[in-house]
Amino acid sequence: MSALESDMVDRRHTDREYENELAQVRERVLLMGARVEDMMTASRKAFAERDADLATATIRNDHQIDTLEVEIDELCLQVLARRQPVASDLRFITATLKLVTDLERIGDLCVNMCERVVELCEDRTYPTQGPLPRIGEAAQAMLHDSLDAFVAGDANKAEQVIERDNVVDAYYAQLFPELVAHMMSDPTVVFRSTRMLSIGKYIERIADHATNIGELVVFMVRGLDVRHAGPASNNSPTA
Amino acid sequence: MNFDVSSRLSHESAPKRANDAEPPIGESKKASAPRSMSKTEPAAETHSRPRWDEVSVSQITPKMKAEDLHASFGSAEVIKGISLPVAEKLVTAIIGPSGCGKSTFIRCLNRMHEVVPGATTKGKVLLDEQDIYDRNVDPVRVRGRVGMVFQKPNPFPTMSIRDNVLAGLRLNGIKLRDPDGQVERALRQVALWDEVKDRLAKAGTSLSGGQQQRLCIARALALEPEVLLMDEPCSALDPIATARVEELIHELRESYTIVIVTHNMQQAARVANFTAFFYLGQLVEYNRTQVIFTRPKEQRTEDYITGRFG
Repeated sequence: MSALESDMVDRRHTDREYENELAQVRERVLLMGARVEDMMTASRKAFAERDADLATATIRNDHQIDTLEVEIDELCLQVLARRQPVASDLRFITATLKLVTDLERIGDLCVNMCERVVELCEDRTYPTQGPLPRIGEAAQAMLHDSLDAFVAGDANKAEQVIERDNVVDAYYAQLFPELVAHMMSDPTVVFRSTRMLSIGKYIERIADHATNIGELVVFMVRGLDVRHAGPASNNSPTA
Repeated sequence: MNFDVSSRLSHESAPKRANDAEPPIGESKKASAPRSMSKTEPAAETHSRPRWDEVSVSQITPKMKAEDLHASFGSAEVIKGISLPVAEKLVTAIIGPSGCGKSTFIRCLNRMHEVVPGATTKGKVLLDEQDIYDRNVDPVRVRGRVGMVFQKPNPFPTMSIRDNVLAGLRLNGIKLRDPDGQVERALRQVALWDEVKDRLAKAGTSLSGGQQQRLCIARALALEPEVLLMDEPCSALDPIATARVEELIHELRESYTIVIVTHNMQQAARVANFTAFFYLGQLVEYNRTQVIFTRPKEQRTEDYITGRFG
């Protein structure tokens, strides 16, 4: 088995203290990921149930995500300064530094979603069915799977997440003309349709961040940079 | 990260306040997609990304080459068939746990191994395509072309700084054409000249540890070798003296082929173009230093450099 494909999670450092520091980083990332998933679930629920209170409460929770981001950055900085990690440890730490930025952004996008939900709730008749819940579900599944892939060090699963971004993009591409046509035929729905269009956009962005996480996982596990559809030959280890 | 600028801006300008919320109307599909997985992306863009390193293993010009090299002390074989190229005018680091044979290996590269009673070698070591173990080759001549610097600075204690620099030349019976010039040139190469030019007659041992080590490097360079072997040259030095020697290595690789044995992984990562990992007398992995320290292919390399060994 090659070093890159092996299970990195189960190999222990000779220095237990170092092992603990890495474990701590991993645990904080898992907590942050869980919080972000909760935020997204709540945001979608607030939309589906026209629940402005839930939306407002969710907006208030965002600071927890921000705090975790700062905390994890600090932990990673400590590991870099004190341990000079290399190989899989280095990839884990650098991937984590980037991953928390994506998670924090997803948190912000959930806040944006909730703000639009609060506005929509002034008009209690907006439709809660249709393409939006479908995009939301697909994006949330991507987020969930990308975090699972991170925890398990599963590059195959991460690749599947990356593939699925196209599905969300396609949903969004459908949503846009649908809402525009709707607005043109009925000016009274312009207010709510613009809000719904924004929500669609936020969700599409969340899927992009989940894709980023998937790419980071592939890098972390295999040492290959798959961003921007870069050809794999570009960073073949023997090249 | 793969935020493209437009989507990043559109996010940042996405207001959190209700009254100035503006949906991204009119954004085309392409513009709204922050990441293009499409095959229509211009090829030039992906190919212009810088490579991680300029030279690959398959492209190196070897100055030296070990071919199925074995080395023993009596009946104990410590090098068990290593084949390794040494890239010309680049730095090759050899890393590995104590007893893996790294010091023995480099001592085979200039026939220093055989001076130990009972020590034997088998296999080839090519220097410019010629086997240095060939019967017709004079080991003293080999050591002139392949110089060595040791772990502990070892200036000759009874000699002045000046005589230390010239010691190698004298011991090899080389006629000194321009001793003052040779001393100055060698000391300048190791950036020691300005520090010692006014006290060349003082004992070499009067210098600090870092200066002594640079003096020893100057002594090796005075012979104008083609290859410089360094056996843990910084392990007895403080961080500043270490930084000086590393800086020196960067400069020396312009003119010399360097092989460095080090226990300090970060040092290998800093100074070497190529890194070889030895374990139990065998070569486990050899690659560009960037690859070894970011994505080694062998589990044993990974375990060793990350500190997960035994």
